[in-house]
Amino acid sequence: MSATAHRSGALVWARRNLFRSPLDGVLTIVFGALSLWLIYKTFSFVFVTGRWDIIRVNLRLLMIGRFPDAHVLRLAVTVVGLGAWGGFLAGFIRARQVRSGNVSDGGDSVLARLGDIAARLWLPGMVVLLLLLLSSTPGPWITVGMAIAAAVVGRAVGPFAGRRKFGPVGSGVVVVGLGAVPVALYFYVVTAVGFDDWGGFMLNLFLAVCSIVLCFPLGILLALGRRSSLPLVRMVCTTYIEVVRGAPLFVLLLLANVALGFFVPNSLAPATSTRAIIVFTLFTAAYMAEIVRGGLQSVPRGQIEAAKAVGLSPVRQTGYIVLPQALRNVIPAQIGQLISLFKDTTLAGIAMGLFELLNVAGAITAQPDFRGQGLIGETITFAALMFWTVAFTMSRESQRLERRLGVGDR
Amino acid sequence: MLKWALQLVVVGLVVAVVIWLYGNYIDSTAEQNIPTDFGFLDNPANFQITGNELGANQPVRDALYQGLLNTLRISVAGIVAATVLGTLVGIARLSSNWIVSKLATVYVEAVRNIPLALFVIAGLLVVVLGVFPTIQEAWDLGGLAIISNRGVAVPWFIGAGLGLIVLGALGVLAAWLVARWRSSVSDRTGALPRSGIWGSGAFLVVFLIGWVALGYEWTLPKLDGRQTVGGMRIDPSFFALFFALVIYTASHIAEIVRGSIQAVPRGQGEAADAVALGGFQRMWYIILPQAFRIAIPPIGNQYLNLIKNSSLGAAIGYYDLTLVAQTTVGNGSPAVPVFALTMVLYICVSLVTSVIVNIANRRSALVER
Repeated sequence: MSATAHRSGALVWARRNLFRSPLDGVLTIVFGALSLWLIYKTFSFVFVTGRWDIIRVNLRLLMIGRFPDAHVLRLAVTVVGLGAWGGFLAGFIRARQVRSGNVSDGGDSVLARLGDIAARLWLPGMVVLLLLLLSSTPGPWITVGMAIAAAVVGRAVGPFAGRRKFGPVGSGVVVVGLGAVPVALYFYVVTAVGFDDWGGFMLNLFLAVCSIVLCFPLGILLALGRRSSLPLVRMVCTTYIEVVRGAPLFVLLLLANVALGFFVPNSLAPATSTRAIIVFTLFTAAYMAEIVRGGLQSVPRGQIEAAKAVGLSPVRQTGYIVLPQALRNVIPAQIGQLISLFKDTTLAGIAMGLFELLNVAGAITAQPDFRGQGLIGETITFAALMFWTVAFTMSRESQRLERRLGVGDR
Repeated sequence: MLKWALQLVVVGLVVAVVIWLYGNYIDSTAEQNIPTDFGFLDNPANFQITGNELGANQPVRDALYQGLLNTLRISVAGIVAATVLGTLVGIARLSSNWIVSKLATVYVEAVRNIPLALFVIAGLLVVVLGVFPTIQEAWDLGGLAIISNRGVAVPWFIGAGLGLIVLGALGVLAAWLVARWRSSVSDRTGALPRSGIWGSGAFLVVFLIGWVALGYEWTLPKLDGRQTVGGMRIDPSFFALFFALVIYTASHIAEIVRGSIQAVPRGQGEAADAVALGGFQRMWYIILPQAFRIAIPPIGNQYLNLIKNSSLGAAIGYYDLTLVAQTTVGNGSPAVPVFALTMVLYICVSLVTSVIVNIANRRSALVER
């Protein structure tokens, strides 16, 4: 190293990170050129060659499908309601954690908190802003504004409820009450528009959330069944898990679409969206079972022995000692499964013809205004951006949660 | 006692549900006059698959067999390519070169979070049909490949495929024997084993002798007006599906490889530096063998995912098992037996794959005490 290398930090940095050896230099030049080309191509597609009119015109179709005009207000109310609920829940849980001493409160100024939230959510925030800018009506702006306001109010109110002490009945009421809010909102929307008429990105989100919530209890039962000491139960659960994991989801969806009518009497045969939810639930439950099984195996034997020593019954050993630890250990894996399920909701469009985002993206290129112009690149890019934003945000939040739970540290 | 009662209740419930479903199935098929047996396998398939030897009046059985072969083709090709690409990207993410590691990170984070179906459809509609030229302006890569939006024509052999597979297996066997002999020589005399070079040489010798002896020949693809003659034309859908599967699966494999390399104790790399191994030697002889020991089970899971994901080829008209099943159902074969058979075939392929992965895992596992 001569004196020149000391003169400038940038030069030292480049020397260390880009031109360590001749081979390194070649790699840098080749991949640097590749990066520049990719950046150039992306920029020119986004700002010059891309014809984004098709997105602007069909934005509503892409996001909520053919949801009837008369009832869009219900969706707006639901979004605001979910905002308030989410804010309240965040404040509530935070206050509970502080009260139980798991998290220290204070110290962080409001500014630091806001900075933290901005660091976590700037990406989805930007995408929402982009969507709002593309929209031509004030409705979405008002909805999002009110949802943010509701979330802030909920976050401010939540701690007051969270700091209170509840008896066994009281905490039951709180849990049921908090759980009932999204269910009530769901029925509020679905009584007006049954979800066969739902579509667009909303349908993808709904299918994923619904299936993950429903598959959870089934997955836990299957996992417990597979580890059970009862041979017949173990056999049934193992067979189910292995068969479902061996078959492609796409084939299962096709099967449900074509053949479910044979197995269930016509009066009971569900509509297409419900079928999709059933298949996603049954499919994901098998994977969830394997994840939970991994968690169960990670609980040290001493925990079970200790539970036995203090005289808990087998059910209580599982419910109070083993499961809570097992589930905490596998939260990241579960979120990974949720992300993968969310991405797989596109298959429902291909296999069953549901009007979800990817299907809409294909269908709008056949509109009279846009037919034959080769706009599939633009619409698929838009769909990819939507999926990517949600999945990427979820996986980042899951990494954060992993760090906070200290999985692997204990 | 209570345990057995509980079991009987659970099993009874399961059996009751199965009987109920089966009863409904028998009733509704009898009502609609749909057969429930596998007699449809002998009916004519009534469709053709471009690029496969399947005539319109061959039975459904043959169509399903071709579909299975197509699924295996795309799976094997995809697994090999995804493993290579995934390993390279996984290593690149840990590279000390800033641009290389950033580019690999962007690739992984971008691809992992986008549904595979988007890649498959974009692969066909945007890349193959949008970027590839028409047949009149086809790209001719020095006579070795002709690329157009009708597909890619590559050099191929003339003769029986099965013989070539046997020949390849013999070649691998010869390579293995020679490699073993070299390493025993190396143990005795201390000479460099160079089993890689010797093994590849043995493979080539056996393969070439067999090639000439059995009378195999090349054909090169040529443009002839509005079509290509000679060689083998690979359908655009195969290409789209292949690239989508490889790009998508490689991003998952890259993460596994990265994690496994990071899990190799630091001392191993430092020891390699201490005995003055170069960067490639350090990676190839010291780090990667240990990393793959950790990585085999999760990578095996990705292989299974790739095989199952290849069913998405049905969305873009690649005649894999799924699309063949769908097509024969459309042509009047009973849906439930067809899809049951399809699922059984997929499960068998998955089982065989996981057995192979398990054997590889057991062989590579560290033998302790």
